[in-house]
This record gives sequence, structure tokens and C-alpha cells, in this order.
Amino acid sequence: MSNLFDLLVAGLATGAIYALVAVGFTLLWQTSQTINFAQGEFVMLPAFLMLAVMHVGAPFWLAIILGILLSMILLGLAFKMLLVDPMMRHGVLPLAIATMALAIGIKEAVKQFFSAEASPFPSIVPTGDISVLGHAISLQSIGVLVVAILAVVGLTTLLNRTSLGHQMQAAAQNPTVARIIGVPVERMILLTFLINAFLVALASLLITPIYLAKFSSGEVLGQAAFIAAIVGGFNQVRGAIAGGLLIGVLDNLAASYVSTQYRAAVPLLVLIIVILFRPQGLLGRAEERTV
Amino acid sequence: MTGFAKPLKIALGLAVIAALIVVPMNFNRYGLFILSQWAVMTIAAMGLNLTLGYAGQVSLAQGAFVGIGAYAAAIMTTHGWPLPAAIAVAIVLSFAVGWVLGYPALRVQHHYLAFVTLAFSTLAFLVFRNESWLTGGIYGISNIPRPHIFGIATNKPLPFYYVCLGSLAIVSLAVWWLIRSPWGRAFIALRENPLRAQSLGVDTRRYTLMAFAIGSALGGVAGALYAPLTQYIDPVPFNLSLSLDLLMMVIVGGAGFYLGPFLGAMIAVLLPEWLRFTEGYYLMLYAIAVMLLLIWSPTGILGILDRYMAARRTKAASALRAVAKSRLETAQ
Repeated sequence: MSNLFDLLVAGLATGAIYALVAVGFTLLWQTSQTINFAQGEFVMLPAFLMLAVMHVGAPFWLAIILGILLSMILLGLAFKMLLVDPMMRHGVLPLAIATMALAIGIKEAVKQFFSAEASPFPSIVPTGDISVLGHAISLQSIGVLVVAILAVVGLTTLLNRTSLGHQMQAAAQNPTVARIIGVPVERMILLTFLINAFLVALASLLITPIYLAKFSSGEVLGQAAFIAAIVGGFNQVRGAIAGGLLIGVLDNLAASYVSTQYRAAVPLLVLIIVILFRPQGLLGRAEERTV
Repeated sequence: MTGFAKPLKIALGLAVIAALIVVPMNFNRYGLFILSQWAVMTIAAMGLNLTLGYAGQVSLAQGAFVGIGAYAAAIMTTHGWPLPAAIAVAIVLSFAVGWVLGYPALRVQHHYLAFVTLAFSTLAFLVFRNESWLTGGIYGISNIPRPHIFGIATNKPLPFYYVCLGSLAIVSLAVWWLIRSPWGRAFIALRENPLRAQSLGVDTRRYTLMAFAIGSALGGVAGALYAPLTQYIDPVPFNLSLSLDLLMMVIVGGAGFYLGPFLGAMIAVLLPEWLRFTEGYYLMLYAIAVMLLLIWSPTGILGILDRYMAARRTKAASALRAVAKSRLETAQ
């Protein structure tokens, strides 16, 4: 039983990270119909940016701040202005394929300019275990959960409780009407790209101490985030959160109850089943079909 | 491409075919390997072009079908079966699996479909890796024999290159016929407006499944040639990146253009060789080139050509109209 409890906690911790990445993914889809196939690489890159800043001699806290800022410039601003804006009028598919090329580009750039080997990455929470109700839980899992929950609560508060958040939602749901009632739609879209960049940088900060910084680690992460976003509901922030947690837990349970060889198959099968029977996702709403 | 006169087009095509036969005769082993790889990848990309370019169904699983074909060929030929039999099995197997994979496409479209096929691609990779009793697991299958065609051994690179080129020629003719047949028309109708196609009596269910199955079968053919080409296969080449690469080949060449896959595969297979002097940077440059191309022309390289031709035709047509109009005016 204690094994199950440990698995659940570890699963929720990884799931919370997947949720952060998946939320960013759905935000981009909602505001600009961008399917970002480079989302996994977006999580991989900030850790290397932080390592680069530390390599110059900056302390860890400064590296975190600069790393997040750099990510927001590169993965938010530059990504939107240089790739998404010129491609948006061409439709969903060419843009999706351009992000696949971007994924290759980021991976190769990291491999060339940093290293092809995995590098260790410092953790923001001290390692070690604490005892809760007779169970030893790693501080890292708790730290990850706390930071991820804070980020998600902060984001939902922003989206649902502030005027800025309402403007963002309006821009996502109906850009034409939003523009008429005076919402600066372009600025709102840019804001979602910046938020996405912030979320992936945060996810990078949380997950890299666990899995090490490696140029290829984005593939697994990206796929987990896609699956989370679709299983939960592509067009709902809370869907992406639920999907992330679900996939994280499933992944950890599958690792010990299903064969380790087919561990990775479990989330994929869940994905296929959800798409076939509830394509809008567990918490999503159906999108109308245009004729 | 319609801007050229027909005899010129035929002459150009014959010249390219002759060059593909004659020029590689004094290529070294590596050059022939690369060209053979181009032929094999073109076959796989042509299959995806049918599914994506003509029928409009996004598939991220073409690499998995290349894998299925490759494993079918590797397992059968190492057990003494002739390659043509293995190719037949690869076609049937990929066709059947592709047909089943098409079912989700009846329910969901676009990005959802992309993710279903993406999941399938990863599942297929897991099967290749884990079912070692069949596939040799991570150690793969080695010593895959090359066939005897009409009693001629094709162990050497040049004869096997001709096997690949010949297969490419057969597939090209088949696809050429297919897209001009009523089936091809139905595929395009499916892409342009599925609802209207249905209301005109096109059985969209059957054609969607067909588009998937035929496209996948061509992936299987490519795989069945890939196995004897490399003579050793393991799961790694058939992971998701191959599917993404094939998708990029189709888009970069020009989805929905007959010659698109030839061009796309040429760029994806040969460009890295030409960029070899840049050492580790070539994939980065390739990625940047693809992004710039897509920004410039989302319909790929042939899209640029097509627009240029269209512009020239309109110009020619309006010139003719002007002449006709002035004649009319003088006649009055």
C-alpha cells in the first residue's frame, strides 16, 4: 500500500509539470491556433540557458531569473514574431510543420553549442525525504507540486479574476468581437506566448534536476504534454491540468504495474481511446464543425 | 509545370530518367547508397503524399509503415523467402494496418488525427523494440540478403540501386495512374470539401480508409526495400523522427503535387550530404531552411513554381485578351 502512495505522490509531481507544459500548449492553440510541436524542446532549452548563465559565473538565483527572461524573449517574443506571425495566415498545418522544423533546430543547436551529453542541474528544493503520516516523501516531489500548484493557481486567477485575463479570454474566443469592444487582441496573443514561455521555463526548472539536462529530453516531455492536453481537453485550461496530472500518475503506475517495456504505451492507449470516444477531451467542450 | 510544351516536358523527363540510369554507373559505394536511399524515401513520401496531399488526411505514422515493411522483409528474407514475396506481404500487411488506422480518421480530423497517428507511430516503435522473439529487439536483424532478380545477383551496390530505381519507376507509374483515375479525383474531393463530396455520392468513408491504406502500403514497399538496402535493421530508424522527416519531405517538396515527394526526398536525403562541410551544423541549417521556405511558400517548392507559372499564364492570357479586344475595336 505504501508503494502505491509513493507512486501517487511521484506521479502527481511529474503530472504537475506535464500540466504546466500542457496548459501553455492549449493557450497557444486557443489564442492563435498554433500547434507547437516544439513544446518539448521549449522545456529542454531554458535549463541550458540557465546553465549557460551559471557558466559565466552568475549565482543560481540570478541564473534562474535571467534564464526565465531569456526564455520569454526567445520562446515567447521571437517565436511569435519570427515564426508564428508570418505563418499564421497560411493555416494550421504549415505552421505545425514549421514548429517541427523548429524542434529539430533547437535540439541541434543545443547539441552543437552546449553538449551532446547529459549535464547535471541543481535543484531549487533540497534533496532528502520527510516523513508524512509514516511515509517517506521526497522533498523534491513536494517542492515540484507546490511550485506547480502556485503557478496554476496564479494563472487561473489571472485568467478568471482580472480584467486582463477576461480580455485574453475574449481575444481567444472571438477575436473579431473582442476587437470591436476594444480589446487589444494582438497584445493579448503576445501575452499568451509570453505566459507559455514562462510556464515552460518553470517546468524546465522543476524537471531538469530529476531527468538531467539533455538535448533530446524534449521529445518525451513534448509527447507527454500533447497527450495530457488532448486527454484533458484541448480547449480548456482546467482540462490540460487534469490531463497532465492523470498522465503523470498513469505513467508512474504503469512503470511498476505494467511491464517496464510497455510503460510508455499506456498513456498512448489512453490517448487513442479518448480521441475515439470523446475527441473533445475529458473536460473539453466540443468545437463546432465548419461546413 | 503546365507552362512547358508537352514534347519539351517528355524530353525533360526522359533526360532525367536517362541521367538516373547512366550517371551513377561510376559512383562509389556511398554515392550509390545515398541515391538508393533517395529512391526508397521517395516511395514512402509518395505514399504519404497520397494520404496527405491528395486526400488531406494528416498522418504522422508513415515511418511506422516503413518499419513494418522493413521488418516483414527482413524476417522473411532471412528465413529464405524471395524478396518479391516479402514485398507482397509488406504491401498486404501495411495496407491492412493502414486501413484500421484510417478508422479514427472517420471520427476526428486534422490535429486530432495527427496525434492518433503519432501515438500509433510510437506504439509501433515499442513493438519493434520489445518483441525480440520476432524483431530481434534492440539488437535488430542483420545479414539481410539482397535478392536475385532474373537470376542476376544484386549484392553489389549498383545492381541494387537499379532494383530501387526500378521499384520507384513502377510505383511512380502506379501513382500517376491512380491520381488520374476516379479514385484520385475522389481523394481530391475528400480534401477540398468532404461534405460536398458526400452529397455528390462519393463514399467518403471508403475513400478515407482507402487513402490511408494505399498510402501506408507504399510506406510498406519502401520499408521492404530499405531492409535489403541497409542489410541490417534495428528499431531506431523507424521512430517518430522518420515519420516527421517524411512529412517534412512531402510539405517541402509540395504536398498535392505529383513531383513533390521526388523533390522533397531529394532535399532531405541529399542536402545533408552537400552540407557535410558544415559538420555538425547541417541539421540546424536544414531546419532553418525548412522554416524559411514555409514562411515564404507554405505549399513547398513546387508551390512557388506553380504560382510563377500561374502568374505567367494570367499575364499571357490578359495580353491575348488585350489583342483580341483591340481587334474587336478596330473591326467596329
